[in-house]
Amino acid sequence: MKLFNDILFTLSVRSVRLNMLRSILSALGITIGVIAISAMGMLGANMTSVVSAQMTSMANTMTVSPYTGGGGGGPPGGMGGSSSDDSYITQKQYDDIYQIASKYGTVYALYSESDTIYTKNDQEGRATIYGLDADTMKSVLTVANGTYPRSEGDVVIGAELADRQDLDVGSKIKIGKEGEGQIKVRISGILEETGISSSGLRADNGIVMTDDLFTSFYGGEGEYSQVTILLNNVNDSTEVKTALEAKLNKREDVISISDSSRMASTVTSSISTMVSFMQSIAAISLLVAAVSIFNVMMMSVTERINEIGILRSIGTQKDEVMKMFVYEASIIGLIGSVAGVVLSFIVGYLVVAMLIGDTTYFFAWNSIVYLPIGMVIGVSICIVTGLYPAWRAANMDPVEALRAD
Amino acid sequence: MTMTSPIVEVRSVSKIYPLASGDVVALDDISLTIEDGEFVAIMGPSGSGKSTLMNQLGCLDVPTKGRLLIAGTDVRTLNDHDLTRLRLSTLGYIFQRYNLIPLLTAYENVEYPYILKNRKQDDTGRVWQLLESVGITRKMARHKPAELSGGQQQRVAIARALVNEPRILICDEPTGNLDTKTGLQIMNMLTDLNKKGNTIIMVTHNPETAGYADRTVVIRDGRIVV
Repeated sequence: MKLFNDILFTLSVRSVRLNMLRSILSALGITIGVIAISAMGMLGANMTSVVSAQMTSMANTMTVSPYTGGGGGGPPGGMGGSSSDDSYITQKQYDDIYQIASKYGTVYALYSESDTIYTKNDQEGRATIYGLDADTMKSVLTVANGTYPRSEGDVVIGAELADRQDLDVGSKIKIGKEGEGQIKVRISGILEETGISSSGLRADNGIVMTDDLFTSFYGGEGEYSQVTILLNNVNDSTEVKTALEAKLNKREDVISISDSSRMASTVTSSISTMVSFMQSIAAISLLVAAVSIFNVMMMSVTERINEIGILRSIGTQKDEVMKMFVYEASIIGLIGSVAGVVLSFIVGYLVVAMLIGDTTYFFAWNSIVYLPIGMVIGVSICIVTGLYPAWRAANMDPVEALRAD
Repeated sequence: MTMTSPIVEVRSVSKIYPLASGDVVALDDISLTIEDGEFVAIMGPSGSGKSTLMNQLGCLDVPTKGRLLIAGTDVRTLNDHDLTRLRLSTLGYIFQRYNLIPLLTAYENVEYPYILKNRKQDDTGRVWQLLESVGITRKMARHKPAELSGGQQQRVAIARALVNEPRILICDEPTGNLDTKTGLQIMNMLTDLNKKGNTIIMVTHNPETAGYADRTVVIRDGRIVV
């Protein structure tokens, strides 16, 4: 049986070889389609991996902010600038939150205010001022240069702000507009860059002072802008959230809770939507390739009508003729797909390296799996599109076929 | 009736092609008996139905009406698979246009029906023997049909027709595309085969070629005249 198949296979191989250019061109179509599908898939998988790795580092952060009506959410720590006088978290609410959430992790309240600042040579700027308990500050923020505030007029500032305004340890800043109440503070330390915050506040561009200094300047003691919960275990987030809402939002919504694990999943899902979109574009290229294979196979059948007639008249069965043409389509598909897979590997790596700049996850299973997927899709498409031409060849009337030129 | 049953029995066979403009009767109630070992020539002008008759005898087509027995089997009762099987094992074909498979070498062309039937390559040397007997050298056998002359191609075709030891050889204008000298060689080859016991049915419009046969059947307008 194996050798018998061989003669039909031999015929298919020779037919492909006889029409080399045509076969190569249609295989090329498949190659491009496979590259498109695989490379897009790998790009998507890598993007998801990289982003979710970044997300997980901050997914343990929950932010409780005063309910402002409408959509809550927003990135954690971002609520600082938007806090106004009539929406704040009261000391009582904070106590409730602390009571519920403290057993799951670290809970701390912070004040924040957006204000005008004057740096060197009275250069005007704007920054978010955070007020934090001195001990909390030590536990959630890291000073890269200098020290935590030691005396009353000391603040620490974010690395980006320091860089932009050319500030150093020991520099002085004035906060607030002249005439509307202004204080002069000294920078005692510059914070380590945090990027996307894992502490619940975006300190890179901010000024952090003790809560005492903050309330003595802005007032509003016990009127917190937000409460941050740093969970020990990310999986507790739903439980904590439910408990908090049950307690505080019992009668009306007074707080809104944003939880970055949700945000992480939102980001991941929007990436995957984007990737699906790109892949559907890639699928179009495979469709074009499929049409080309179909065309080539139809041409092969039409050109070989007489040969099919001979094969049938001397005793070749219908299914054997069909097999021969399916082999032919498979050979083209296999060549195209293998080339596609090899090139996808290279193209995929380059695309990931260039667009994401991080190839850590390239060899991970969920990324590399797109190579066999692309190959299977490529070969299947060839076989499926080759079926109809093969069926037509097999069902030709031998007499009619023999008569053809 | 002879003692042995005839190898081909055509009983009241008609072949009708339905067309929108009306049915075309290609064969009109034909009856014919061919004994085992006979050499029969079928003659007739073009359009007479001789090709249609050949297609029925060669099991490439089945009659619309009547009984057609090939080696005792009524072909109208066979499905496509069994009909194909019959063509492979019982019949050998020699065509005017040689009809070798262009992608295969001369040797592979002869071996092809053998593989189809036996599901394995020839390890008995039969293919080489046949090629030798029709005058094809080993060197020639390694060439594709397009690289051979018409006469050589027809010799390969004869070897191919014989590879599965068919009971009937169907020849459709076997010398039609050959020059007189080569045609003569081919006809002598067929006569030899007939003498060895092969039944040969040959379509031709050349009376000289028909002269090699034991008997000539003439067809006109779908009926047997002589």
